[in-house]
Amino acid sequence: MTAPAGSLPAPSLPVHTWVEIFVRQLAVQASWNYELLLGTGIGFCLEPALRHLAGGRQGEAYRAAMARQSAYFNAHPYLTAVAVGSLARAELERAPAGQIERFRTALCGPLGSVGDRLVWAGWLPFCSLLGLAAFGLGASPLAVLLIFLGLYNVGHIGLRVWGLRVGWTHGMRVAAALANPVLRHGPTYIARAAGPLAGIALPLALDRIIEPGRALLGGVLLATVAGAVLLTRLHGRIEGWRIAVGVLAACALYAVVAQ
Amino acid sequence: MTPEHILLIALLGAIMGLDVVSFPQAMISRPIVAATITGVLLGDAAGGLLVGATLELIALETLPVGASRYPEWGSASVVGGALFALRPEPSAGTLTMAVLGALATAWVGGWTMYVIRRFNGAIARRWIPTLGLGSGRAVIAIQTAGIAADFARGGLLTLIAMTALDPLASAMVGLWSLDARFSRAVVVAAAAAVAAGAVWKLFHNTPAARWYFLGGLAMGLSLWVIR
Repeated sequence: MTAPAGSLPAPSLPVHTWVEIFVRQLAVQASWNYELLLGTGIGFCLEPALRHLAGGRQGEAYRAAMARQSAYFNAHPYLTAVAVGSLARAELERAPAGQIERFRTALCGPLGSVGDRLVWAGWLPFCSLLGLAAFGLGASPLAVLLIFLGLYNVGHIGLRVWGLRVGWTHGMRVAAALANPVLRHGPTYIARAAGPLAGIALPLALDRIIEPGRALLGGVLLATVAGAVLLTRLHGRIEGWRIAVGVLAACALYAVVAQ
Repeated sequence: MTPEHILLIALLGAIMGLDVVSFPQAMISRPIVAATITGVLLGDAAGGLLVGATLELIALETLPVGASRYPEWGSASVVGGALFALRPEPSAGTLTMAVLGALATAWVGGWTMYVIRRFNGAIARRWIPTLGLGSGRAVIAIQTAGIAADFARGGLLTLIAMTALDPLASAMVGLWSLDARFSRAVVVAAAAAVAAGAVWKLFHNTPAARWYFLGGLAMGLSLWVIR
């Protein structure tokens, strides 16, 4: 009888296999498509670990596992690390195929919604606002790059490393680890920090960009408030960048035609 | 724009376009990074940062969530940074044309990403029987094809955009009749309105977020006045 994955001490993988898995993780979305979504990406990331199954690349176990792991999958790209870690352990511990498939399907929802809230709607805009605040405070181009990229990637790389580690440690019992306070409460804390940061960053960044237009500051502020109110009223019906295209195109045409 | 410039800009566009989704998603494709690096490589770091910060304000509202279609900011920011940095004496319309060129490229870039996803799907469908047999080689081939196609997409998009937009921007800036103050004010107002709307969209569900924002705004305005 096969013991449930996660109840045994974790099998070990050589360091170079972990490095290979991590680098492949960075390309997990390389073949993103509307049919399998991230499916082949997950198979791609797991492949170095699956070579350690009995029989190696030519073995039946490797082929069966690769076929299972290259099927449809969806999650936030950074949090696929959790899936890769736990699925690698489940496969290497030879958990029953049906159990692995059910577990794989169950992972999709939580890893997608948690990641979207934490990273795309939280960490990324927070780091953008910090970069804009640094720009507004007069930081040099190099300093702005270092602040934005440094901070963002501490979170990005940290999340991927944590995901692989926690997935591998807990195997198919990883659900408990997903109750981690950072994942549960992180988006709220980031949003609370981003509020005041946005309040500081926006006027300072605008001040640095506007330079020659400072004489028209009152009009700019009025237009900004009116535009922002309009966009919030139209929330979900039109994106702001499309309106910006229209405004700037109209300005450019007027500037040329009015000559 | 020399042939060396074109090659350099297309290569940058390919790298930044690849970062958006395929590899490594380290956010070097964000406007504040991509446009600044373009400016640095073309000899105008400050100009690149100015365009990058303006585009970053607009890009704040874009959430690159899975299957949704969104503007492709990586290659577009390279185009924006290059359109500004290639003009050694920026005049009244230079920033407007750089930002407008970048927005147009981002719009088309979003469509090219959709095309690449369809292409990846076609490749995957061809390989599905082999995938079902558990072929590791098939998986590696599909991923490699995806990376190569996305790299080519970003490079081609940037090349075509620069070839079309650089002479257009030169002509428009040459005919520009609005004064510098008004031209800059329009760009800033458009970017600021989008950014403010994005901040509301992102954080309005958080309890007391508006008070946190207003507190920060008071600090930001105070710093502005003090300076």
